Amino acid sequence: MTPPSGRGPDVRGPDVRGRDLRGLRRWLPPAVVLAVILAGWELATAVGGVEDYILPAPSAVARALVDRWDSTLASATRVTLTEVVAGFAVAVGAGLLIACGLHFSRTARAALYPWLIGSQTVPVVVVAPVLAIIFGYSLTPKLILVALLCFFPIVVATLDGLATVDDDLRRMMRTLYGTRWSIFWRVELPAALPSLFTGLRLSAAYASTAAVFGEYSGSSDGLGHVMRQAVPQLQSALVFAAIFLLSAMSVALFVLVTVLERALVGWAHEGKRTHP
Amino acid sequence: MSPLPPAPVEAAGYAEPDPRDPPAEDGVERRDAGGIRLVGVTRRYGDVVAVERVDLAVGRGRRLAVVGPSGCGKSTLLGMISGLDEPDEGVVDVLGATGPAGRLARCALMPQRDLLLPWRSALANAAVSLENRGVSRREARAAVRPLFARFGLAGFEDHQPRQLSGGMRQRVAFLRTFVAGKDVLLLDEPFGALDAITRAEAQDWLRAALDAEPRTVVLVTHDVEEALLLGHEVVVLAARPGRVTARVPVDLPAAGSRRDLIATDAFVRLRATVLAALEPPSPAPADPGRS
Repeated sequence: MTPPSGRGPDVRGPDVRGRDLRGLRRWLPPAVVLAVILAGWELATAVGGVEDYILPAPSAVARALVDRWDSTLASATRVTLTEVVAGFAVAVGAGLLIACGLHFSRTARAALYPWLIGSQTVPVVVVAPVLAIIFGYSLTPKLILVALLCFFPIVVATLDGLATVDDDLRRMMRTLYGTRWSIFWRVELPAALPSLFTGLRLSAAYASTAAVFGEYSGSSDGLGHVMRQAVPQLQSALVFAAIFLLSAMSVALFVLVTVLERALVGWAHEGKRTHP
Repeated sequence: MSPLPPAPVEAAGYAEPDPRDPPAEDGVERRDAGGIRLVGVTRRYGDVVAVERVDLAVGRGRRLAVVGPSGCGKSTLLGMISGLDEPDEGVVDVLGATGPAGRLARCALMPQRDLLLPWRSALANAAVSLENRGVSRREARAAVRPLFARFGLAGFEDHQPRQLSGGMRQRVAFLRTFVAGKDVLLLDEPFGALDAITRAEAQDWLRAALDAEPRTVVLVTHDVEEALLLGHEVVVLAARPGRVTARVPVDLPAAGSRRDLIATDAFVRLRATVLAALEPPSPAPADPGRS
């Protein structure tokens, strides 16, 4: 692919010096908010005398995280992470393939697009147990679930991106020896990347939710499984620890996508402010 | 893509006659050393007649400027010459090719907006046609690099399009068209998006570039001065439906700056002629023979 090879030499001279300061300015406010919330929470549980099983203090959650890591949480995290990453990968692969297929064939688009949208009207909560019946407690039903939930934003965003290319640009490229394929490769695909990444970021946020749904419906390990067992036992601190790990997983995936985006489509963000 | 009869594609010698060529008629010169020839070309969009019975001829290596008000079908004409579109009636012959694939193989189109790819450097943008032909990225860029100096773009090879001024971007766009190595360049209001000062500069630059590297050019514009500066002949189109209302041969000294040329009596006279031809006709049916 034509590399939008980063930003090249930094032409924004004065900004380089201010980068550390800007980084601080960006991260400090949310960090302060987080600290205030945690402190207030800790204080409320200590002073208010809230029962530990109703709302565990942040310190209790941290303790559960450490104490239960080796026995429970480590393997659960590994299982769920596998489901999320593999499911997301399947979604990206399938989503890109489907989007390109629909882009190239008008017939396929007409025949499949309505069903694609229709597939999104099926509530995942309902599908999860059915998949568990068919595939048992294995990895497969979770993979399917994650992929099912994640591929749709990717398909729609990619398809949109591919279609944004100016028709005048296509016509001009045809007079410059552009075949259908070379126009796709040199023009349409790079032009679709910003949109594709928007879809990826949406999907990244869905992935861990879908994995937990899958685990709720039948599993022998994983963070969803831990939560399902800990709730009836009123081990709230453990539940919160699992939630924390799940969120961390989502954030990590989101950050990974964003970093990739910065590297691949820097050109689209030059001189434009983007949301972190 | 139109799967029409096989037309001679690529540089397979441009002279082979197309069997679908109709016999010559109505005085338009036959095969004038393989130029561009339009005979009785009509194109409709639904009920709207965009272009009606247009006859044009451009000799090989000559430059034709087409002027007319917006909506006169100028861009439609270029689309049909390039082989991207087909006329509803009439024949388009580009260096002996009448089929769309053959015409497409001989023409390169430069649109009004530069349409540079924002993720490619100026150099990579200019080299895109070579990559389309299967030349490796590195070789394509190496082949195009020397041209930057010749086209007044030295030092801008590795700039991103957004770092270039409008005039520079348009130069890169022209270079991209030029690099394709086609015999025919179709320029669709190439400087229409530029401000007046930059445009004057760009016209001077393009005139020099085309004098140095002659190609068969059809230039479409609504700027009369641009048409006279760049064309060997100016054709005036009327709008709705697009028809040829005047043909003005341009006989100006080849050298000389734009500023000097514009001040000459000959230029002033030509401009007056073209402007007169551009005036909307009286309510009575237009007389086609006013030049």
